[in-house]
Amino acid sequence: MRTLLLLLSFFAATATAGESQIFLKDRPGKNQVVAQCAMCHSLDYIILHTPILDRTGWEKTVAKMINSMGASINDADKQIIIDYLAQNYGK
Amino acid sequence: MVDRRHFIKKSAGSLAALGGLVLLQRSGLAAAIGTEELTTLDALPGKEALIKQTYRPPNYETPINYFDAPFTPNKRFFVRYHNAVIPEVKIDEWRLRIGGDAVRTPLELSLEQLRKDFKQVEIAALCLCSGNRRGLFQPPVPGVQWGSGAMGNALWRGVRLKDVLAGAGIDKSALEVSLDGADSGVHKTTPDFVKSLPLAKALDENTLIAFEMNGEPLPHWNGYPARLIIPGWTATYWIKHLIAINVLSKPFDGFWMKTAYRIPKDRFPSGQFSSQETEAAMPITEIVVNSLITNLADGQTLPNAKSIEINGIAWDGGNGIARVDVSTNGGSNWHQATLKQDYGRFSWRQWHWVFEPKHPGTYRIMARATSHSGTSQPLEPIPNPSGYHHNAVQKITIQLV
Repeated sequence: MRTLLLLLSFFAATATAGESQIFLKDRPGKNQVVAQCAMCHSLDYIILHTPILDRTGWEKTVAKMINSMGASINDADKQIIIDYLAQNYGK
Repeated sequence: MVDRRHFIKKSAGSLAALGGLVLLQRSGLAAAIGTEELTTLDALPGKEALIKQTYRPPNYETPINYFDAPFTPNKRFFVRYHNAVIPEVKIDEWRLRIGGDAVRTPLELSLEQLRKDFKQVEIAALCLCSGNRRGLFQPPVPGVQWGSGAMGNALWRGVRLKDVLAGAGIDKSALEVSLDGADSGVHKTTPDFVKSLPLAKALDENTLIAFEMNGEPLPHWNGYPARLIIPGWTATYWIKHLIAINVLSKPFDGFWMKTAYRIPKDRFPSGQFSSQETEAAMPITEIVVNSLITNLADGQTLPNAKSIEINGIAWDGGNGIARVDVSTNGGSNWHQATLKQDYGRFSWRQWHWVFEPKHPGTYRIMARATSHSGTSQPLEPIPNPSGYHHNAVQKITIQLV
C-alpha cells in the first residue's frame, strides 16, 4: 500500500497523457507488477512485448531490470512478476 | 480497486494540467485491457499528434507522410528517451560544464556565452534512431517496436564542439569525450544516459552543440536548450538537454556504451570507435544507406491513372546518395529515380519517379538507394541482437483499380 501511494504521487507529477488508460489483466501478481514496473516506465512496455517474449524472454527482461537498470525487487516479488508476465503477456 | 480508481482520477487531473491531447483510435477503455494495443496517436505538450510507442519515458514516432518534405517540422519530430525523469530546463539556471581528467581548464558556460563566444554554424542533418524499423525484424527483437518514423531531417544551428573544447584545452592524453544530459532515471541506481565519442569525432568540424532546429529554439522534447549533433552517426550520441562534457583519457565504461547500443563486428564495418571495440562487438556508429517511399502506403488502393508519382527519401552516413532505383514489379526491373535538391551529404535526399502503369492491377513497389561509396541496401535486413541498422529494401504493394 505504501508503495502504491508513493506511486500515485509520482504519477501525478510525471504521467503523460493517456497513460492512465492502460490496464493490465486483473490476475494474481498484477499488484506487484504495477508497483515495481510502473515506478520507472509506463505499462505499455509490457503490452508491446507480448508477441516477442516467452517465459525465458520475460525472465531475462526482469533480470535485466534488476541487474542493469537498477530496479530493487526482492526474490519473492521477482518470481511473482515473472510468472504474471509469462502467463498473461507471454508469447 | 480503490487504488486504481484513485490513480485514474489523479492521472486524469494531471492530464488536464499538462494540456495533453489524446487521440485514441479505440472504442473505449475496454479495448485497452488485454494484450492488443492498437496504434495510438497522442500529442505530448507542445507537440502535434505522433504515433505513441510508449508514454513514459516518452517514445513517439513521426507518421511517414510528414517525411514527404525536405525537413521535418519540429512539432512532428520524433521523441525518444531512455529514462523517465525529464526536467524542464530553466534557462537562467542551465549551465554546460566542460571537464574531465584530460581537460586543461574546466569551463562552465551559459547559453548566452555558448551563443556569443563561439562561431555559429548551421547544418542539415538526419537524426535517426539506431533502432528505427526494429519492429520490422523477423523474428522480432525486444525493445521499442519502432516502425519507420523514428527519424527526422532538420537544419541544426549551433557551435562546433571542437571550438568549445579548444576553449577548455585538451590534454595530450585525451581519448574519448563523454556527454551527459539533464534527464535521469527514477531510481538513483538506474544508469544515467551518458554516451562517449572518440576524440576524432568530437573534433570533427560537423559535430555541433545545437540550440536551434529549423530556425527555432529546440523543442523541450528534442533537447532544449542544447543538444549534440553528430551528423552521419545514429541519434544515440545526440545527447539532449546537454549539461556535461568530459574529456577522458580512458574509455568511458557506462552501461550505455559498454552494454547497450552494440553490434556484432562480423556483420558491419568496424574501426570507427576502436577504444570501445571488443573482439566480437562494437558500438553502433555510422548510419547505413537506406531509403523510404513517403507518399504511398503498403496495401493502399489508388484509382488507376496514366501516371502515378512515387516520392521518397534516401540517406546514408555522410557519403551522400548517388542514385535511387525504383521497381514496380517486385525487383525484376529497376528504373533510376530523379534526385531532388541536395542539402548536403548528411541530409536526406528527396527523390521521385513517375510510374506509368499500362493497366490496373497489383503492383509490388520497391526502392533501393546507393551511396557515393557504392554501397546499396540489402534485400533482407542484417540480423543483430538488438535490432539496429534495419536498411532492407522496402517492398510495398499497391492496387490500381
